[in-house]
Amino acid sequence: MPMTYREALEVLAAHRGDRVVITTMTAVGLWPGLSDTPLDFAYIPSAMGHAPGLGLGLALAQPGRGVIVVNGDGCTLMNLGCLVTLANNPADVYLLVMDNGLYEVTGGQVHAGTGHTDYAGLAGAAGIRRAYAFDSLVGWRAGAAEALSGPGPVVVWLKVEGRLGQTTPKAPRPMKEQIERLRGALGV
Amino acid sequence: MLDGPSVVAALKECRVTHVVWVPDSEIGTWEGAILAEPSLTLVRVCREGEAIAVAAGLHLGGKRPLVVMQCTGFFEAGDAFRNVVHDLKLPLLFLVGVRGYEAHQRGATNDTCPVFAQPLVGAWNVPHVLRRRDDDPACLVSAYRQTQTGNTAVVLLLGE
Repeated sequence: MPMTYREALEVLAAHRGDRVVITTMTAVGLWPGLSDTPLDFAYIPSAMGHAPGLGLGLALAQPGRGVIVVNGDGCTLMNLGCLVTLANNPADVYLLVMDNGLYEVTGGQVHAGTGHTDYAGLAGAAGIRRAYAFDSLVGWRAGAAEALSGPGPVVVWLKVEGRLGQTTPKAPRPMKEQIERLRGALGV
Repeated sequence: MLDGPSVVAALKECRVTHVVWVPDSEIGTWEGAILAEPSLTLVRVCREGEAIAVAAGLHLGGKRPLVVMQCTGFFEAGDAFRNVVHDLKLPLLFLVGVRGYEAHQRGATNDTCPVFAQPLVGAWNVPHVLRRRDDDPACLVSAYRQTQTGNTAVVLLLGE
């Protein structure tokens, strides 16, 4: 049985350390209940799947910091080339693909990749050497420490429950304020 | 003249740290000069919208990126551009090559890129300027300074 989205994020919260966490879509609504520091950046809208790019830029600018990107499966499919770009520009980016098989924030429509897409396999084929897949909470709890440590890029494919009837979440604060908090925390 | 060495010299003057690009046949000739300059890091990405997002991250992290692409990719990257320029309001410089511009000026092409590039950039409500390949590279320095002094994104269209 897949874990809930929130359960998956609770495990992440226990392991994120002082890394930047960029959330998109469904995660934007859940993450502030687990963490709401200046290093938490709610990227919504994420320009149709560009959170991995934003995370890569941050990681290249701040070597040693580490950036975790919590992306949807639909978001990832919109910009699948990001896997190749991450492989080509080594940096400590940890891309979590939250696979609920739905465009959840638009109400729960099935997307083109639902049920047959191996995101860890795609990452490996793109040249990312560290790719993990977890389809249960027990497995994710057991493997998170390894997956979220060491050098990036890392891709973690998490199978989570989909929810129907959801609406698009809002960021906890305006973008200008988010940017000022983040840059302040990074010493920029 | 805007060529590899002159562009790199202009970028050094602006203290640009990263060039994030998807090149075309004109801009791609600058690659050797960019790679030879130790103060510049070339970041290769797969799509133009991705270039914009990577540059946004670099800026948030304290670096000074330049985004380089052809207008065809700019057409594709509309929402990434809108997001970074109007939602995040980041003062990035975009250098966008206009494919077929010179041939269009001579009436020697049916390529519609030159027809739509400038109006489309204008539609995004962002400062922009069109320059040609034999213009003074100081135009690049000027455009970059405009991003800094005006705290605004700027698009420099380069007629090819």
